[in-house]
Amino acid sequence: MKERISSVLIIGSGPIVIGQACEFDYSWTQACKVLKQLGIRVILVNNNPATIMTDPEFSDATYLEPLTPFFIEEIIKKERPDALLPTLGGQTALNLAVQLYEIGILQKYNVKLIGSNIEAIRKAEDRELFKKAMEKIGLKVPQSEYVKSIEEGISFAEKIGFPVILRPSFTLGGTGGAIAYDLEDLKVKLEKALIESPIKKVLLEQSVIGWKEYELEVMRDKKDNFVVVCSIENFNPMGIHTGDSITVAPAQTLTDKEYQKLRDYARLIINEIGVETGGANIQFAVNPENGETLVIEMNPRVSRSSALASKATGFPIAKIATLLALGYTLDEIPNDITKKTPASFEPSIDYCVVKIPRWDFEKFKEVDDTLGVQMKSVGEVMAIGRNFKEAFQKAIRSLEIERFGLGCDGKDEIEILGKDENLKNQILERLKQNKWDNFFWIRHAFKLGATIDEIYTATKIDKWFIYNLREIVEIEEELKNTDIFKTALENPNLAKELILKAKQNGFSDIQLAHIWKTTEKEIRSLRKKLNIIPVYKTIDTCSAEFESYTPYFYSTYEFENESTPTQRRKILIIGSGPNRIGQGIEFDYTNVHAVFALKEEGFETIMINCNPETVSTDYDTADRLYFEPITFEDVMNVIELEKPEGVILSFGGQTPLKLAKLFESEGIKILGTSPQSIDIAEDRGKFAQLLDTLGINYPPGDYANSIESALEIARKIGYPVLVRPSYVLGGKAMKIIYRENVLIDYLKHEIKISKDNPVLIDKFLEDAFEYDVDAICDGKNVLLLGIMEHIEEAGIHSGDSSCVYPPFMSSNETIQKIIEYTQKIAIALNVIGLINIQFAEKDGIVYVLEANPRSSRTVPFLSKATGIPFARIATKILVKNSDEVMQEFNLKNFNHKTVKIKACKTPVFSFSKLPNINVFLGPEMRSTGEVIGLSYSLGESFAKAQIGAGNNLPLYGNVLISVNDRDKNEKIISIAKEFINLGFKILATDGTAKFLNLNGIKAEKVFKVNEGHPDIVDLIKEGKINFIINTPLGETSRFDEFAIGRNAIKYKVPFVTTLSAGFSAVEAIKKLKEGKLTIKSLQEYHREIKYEFAK
Amino acid sequence: MRKAKIALENGIVIEGVNFGAEGETYGEVVFNTALTGYQEMITDPSYKGQILIFTNPLIGNYGINDEDIESRSPQVAGVVVREISKFYSNWRASESLDSYLKRHNIVGISNVDTRFLVRQIRDKGAMRGVISTLDFDDKSLIEKARSIPQMSGLDLAKFTTTEESYIFNPENNAKFFVVLYDFGVKLNILRKLEKLNCKVLVVPAHTDAKDILSLNPDGIVLSNGPGDPSALTYAINNIKKLISKKPILGICLGHQLLSLAVGGKTYKMKFGHRGSNHPVKNLITEKIEITSQNHGFAVDPESLKESDVEITHISLNDGTVEGIALKNFPVFSVQYHPEASPGPHDSEYIFKNFVYLLQKTQNNVF
Repeated sequence: MKERISSVLIIGSGPIVIGQACEFDYSWTQACKVLKQLGIRVILVNNNPATIMTDPEFSDATYLEPLTPFFIEEIIKKERPDALLPTLGGQTALNLAVQLYEIGILQKYNVKLIGSNIEAIRKAEDRELFKKAMEKIGLKVPQSEYVKSIEEGISFAEKIGFPVILRPSFTLGGTGGAIAYDLEDLKVKLEKALIESPIKKVLLEQSVIGWKEYELEVMRDKKDNFVVVCSIENFNPMGIHTGDSITVAPAQTLTDKEYQKLRDYARLIINEIGVETGGANIQFAVNPENGETLVIEMNPRVSRSSALASKATGFPIAKIATLLALGYTLDEIPNDITKKTPASFEPSIDYCVVKIPRWDFEKFKEVDDTLGVQMKSVGEVMAIGRNFKEAFQKAIRSLEIERFGLGCDGKDEIEILGKDENLKNQILERLKQNKWDNFFWIRHAFKLGATIDEIYTATKIDKWFIYNLREIVEIEEELKNTDIFKTALENPNLAKELILKAKQNGFSDIQLAHIWKTTEKEIRSLRKKLNIIPVYKTIDTCSAEFESYTPYFYSTYEFENESTPTQRRKILIIGSGPNRIGQGIEFDYTNVHAVFALKEEGFETIMINCNPETVSTDYDTADRLYFEPITFEDVMNVIELEKPEGVILSFGGQTPLKLAKLFESEGIKILGTSPQSIDIAEDRGKFAQLLDTLGINYPPGDYANSIESALEIARKIGYPVLVRPSYVLGGKAMKIIYRENVLIDYLKHEIKISKDNPVLIDKFLEDAFEYDVDAICDGKNVLLLGIMEHIEEAGIHSGDSSCVYPPFMSSNETIQKIIEYTQKIAIALNVIGLINIQFAEKDGIVYVLEANPRSSRTVPFLSKATGIPFARIATKILVKNSDEVMQEFNLKNFNHKTVKIKACKTPVFSFSKLPNINVFLGPEMRSTGEVIGLSYSLGESFAKAQIGAGNNLPLYGNVLISVNDRDKNEKIISIAKEFINLGFKILATDGTAKFLNLNGIKAEKVFKVNEGHPDIVDLIKEGKINFIINTPLGETSRFDEFAIGRNAIKYKVPFVTTLSAGFSAVEAIKKLKEGKLTIKSLQEYHREIKYEFAK
Repeated sequence: MRKAKIALENGIVIEGVNFGAEGETYGEVVFNTALTGYQEMITDPSYKGQILIFTNPLIGNYGINDEDIESRSPQVAGVVVREISKFYSNWRASESLDSYLKRHNIVGISNVDTRFLVRQIRDKGAMRGVISTLDFDDKSLIEKARSIPQMSGLDLAKFTTTEESYIFNPENNAKFFVVLYDFGVKLNILRKLEKLNCKVLVVPAHTDAKDILSLNPDGIVLSNGPGDPSALTYAINNIKKLISKKPILGICLGHQLLSLAVGGKTYKMKFGHRGSNHPVKNLITEKIEITSQNHGFAVDPESLKESDVEITHISLNDGTVEGIALKNFPVFSVQYHPEASPGPHDSEYIFKNFVYLLQKTQNNVF
């Protein structure tokens, strides 16, 4: 009997942080579809605006409200859902469900928990209970003990010996987790871990570092039917967080006896924990010496690994978990792919899947890039091949780290010329450290003559994997020893055999080009001449035992091609690749919308992408899905097979865009803005020229290729300057510099300026107001979607800036100029589709900072705020008459100025996951996600965004104000007054205190760092500062600001860096004190907005 | 790298690389979709006369060990894989698959598009085939494939049954005494029975029912085995005589023989069920078991309609009969492999149910 449920509340996982990425958007989007199909009313709450799940058509009532018990209670009170499904929204949703239960909200409103129960969640999440449960069923776990103090920790560690693993309770992504190697180490790390745990409890655990690590993705229904969806073997041994481990599916080095033991254990565990229905992920450690097996942990919910397992097998875990929660049993659910067989089976796969995490240490230079029990990666890629080597090399080139396989791609760190025992030993030492890029160094070690055993001793990676890496190196050597062009002439069959072997083992054309000292194009044409082209195999859940009806493919080099293109009109959409800083879920969002729009227009959609976390790689999204790396070679192969009438690459961010020129040179039709226009916008010189002809201001600056010329430019334009290497995208290695000696140092040591490595030097507009603008253009007309005003100091990357839509502190003239410039630029660039432009205003002059003729990070935010599906509109403009499109979406009267809603976007950082990180923001983006705050008042929206981002605005206490001279003005006076009216006490640094006192505001002077004690940092630590307004004082105070900022984050004190933000914060605190925060669903907002512009 | 070729009777010939022994081998070409357990499969006597394709493309990774065998030596006629691992890694392994097959003179072929072959078999049905490292002439290979006898009508059990009776666990002071008809028994069936306190006498397939009954066992097991069950008329006749006398458990071929003995019919399936992921519904408990299967023939449910037989298990993939029980006697059988090996352990209860019947018989409940 099915549950009688007519409405379900589902909780999203909120902003993207390390350990919780867009896999939960993928799982909820699947769930929403299922629930809607069953006619169940879906009430959804998630404050991440860039998710597909929060699109209003996916649920009946969509709340972009903060994920806190307060807001969720309000939603429950209003919507009165029958049930809460907590297992598809990651740790965030699960924790909230427990909280709601503990406070009694679920009971009060009679909301039934489905898909899990509180007892099971507790048993799985609380390690002490989990340990007991495992002992009860006779399974072993690593020895462990909960400690609440450093003393307890020391006594346990002395009992079991070092190393010891620290795991704080109730954190996600292993936050605060660490390995302590000795007593001193333990003291430091335990202190931090105790702070991290919301319940101040830390589990100390016996280390099983070096053991083999396995995961089983399992499902169970209410009749106790049980299936293993996928087994996963970690390439990296125990000791490295699974999220940071390279993983392989299916398990490769277990016999059936050993595998079935894990399966038996998994079944016992899920029963004992009491997961009645749904999915779970169970991790095991296996001793490589004797097979001893320990249970490591169990997640009683859909997880990152389940998203991976779903993509790896074609078995949609989230969808099925939803149905099971509603009372279906596995045999009642059909397998989507085979249609004829039920979901009550265990997928069989006839390929090898490799996941490699995507780290972004380049953006976090000061963070130790050693891998350990705390997850540090920001995304991941998955690749599929018929053997491990092929999948592994494909995964490397999917990472978009400018590498094209396991070395020999022209990018190797070192070139190994001969055997060198010394170097070999150095490398073996390095391998012991578990750096993320160890696999490249394993190759070096092999080239230096290292043995499998030596590498095993250093890394504890299973020898089977090490052997496979060696095979790759051996093939490389074999290729090197052949003169391929000569062979191709003399013995084409031999040449073919050799290239085929290389391709079957994952070598890219770029690697072959490097090995044979030619170009990628030459290799490509040689390959085609020898008829070596990839075939596409189907991911079908069943190893071809049954016919499959879902065109979900991967490439390999074999005999039979299974992908038969249709005769339909079709368009290829290129995905956005792995999530990383600056290239996140927003671009998958716009790509998915492009798919939806094209489907509506009757096109067949073809998606190519390699990110397993996304909605775009759900086989349900596009008509045809190719799970492939986003490189010229791999995409071209698909294009040549499918022959789409056009390719869309302006919706997926930088990843696809950088392929534009290459495709154009192949005569591929690129829909939307031309590659020439893209080039003009991206080339600083050409863009400046364009702005000159349009009479638009931009910060003065120029290229320099020597220190002398750089200094000359800097002197001419005046300090501070914004400096960056010209080849760099997304603000990488950008710096604001105030003085010549610092500039010299930077150019010499950080950038290594040279003729081949020119640097761009721009005037930095300190204290400017910055704006982000998105617009759609059909080449003639421009539809401005919205202007967003940054409320972070200038010079902070737009992705890291809180912003407000619409602008609220700007003059009409400024807004007019922004509108005018946007129109001029979009038309001059002949933009077809979306364009994002960044502006700055200083002293009444509006400057253009940059223009990106593509989809932007803010498009989903604006769509959520206005209810207008801009990405869909922009897509339709690519394929049909724009008047028709405007009509279809009823946009004739749309005017961004009349939208009454106030939306605030606030970035979210994963700083707590990255020890020693520099928390100070700058021109390099460092945030991993964002939240939205929505309402009809600025204060309320700001409050919601702050709460949603985890910055708890205080209701009372002390406000520290430290502002620069320009900000010692009326605005800060009124802000301070407001705070005093709200009952706060003002603390201020010397100059600010004097200024405030002079203006009749009581402010107590406090010491800066190094002025004496207690200084600001002391006060933060003592909890005597509850809010900070600190506007930048130029270079000299950066050290102080850095210390304040770092401690503010550590001790969770909210701080703002502009008066706009200070003003917003005061408004927000006022709203909070009034207790007048309201909730409203997107559907309600959008009805009201549409009513507005229908008038 | 030695060249090898595989040819199917439908005219497909693929070139690959030889591993294991050199030579030429013939058989019905079938595929198994299990992800683990190549050692168990290769040594499973039910594969007698068959060339086995592993759909898992990476075979040999964990080598061969001394324990995970289902009979004393490899039984398959030949092995087809996408990639054979030259290196193995497992703490129990003692040699590589390649050397093991060489030692036992089993021909293998690697580096072939196994998925293509599987799709051929799926669409066209199980086919006869040949692997050769001696003959590379496509026409000749196809001719050879076509000249092998069809599986239908073949008694292969005569090659896999034991020649002499023996007690599997002589030292064991077991509570129950079971006679097992050996048509090609997998060792794990014997191990499971031993574990459940049974002393097992393994007897040749031809053993007369009278001789069995004279031993007065507590129960009888009809083992798995290769080939067409309908060709084993001698066994069917003996089973008929045993049905009303003793509790009986039939497994796989044993299940088919029991069905034939009660008047049912068997038929050759298009390409059979071979894998470790087959969902079977127990119609009595309504629970689903993920089962290990290896059968190319099945029992026709229509043919059982008139008999006193209840269908107890069906395949959820295609509805085929996966288990029956006699209504009036403690006699039942399953088409799948409750002993797993390889495969999940969901169906171990089948042995427990059998032993429960033995207990009841000892207690004279029947």
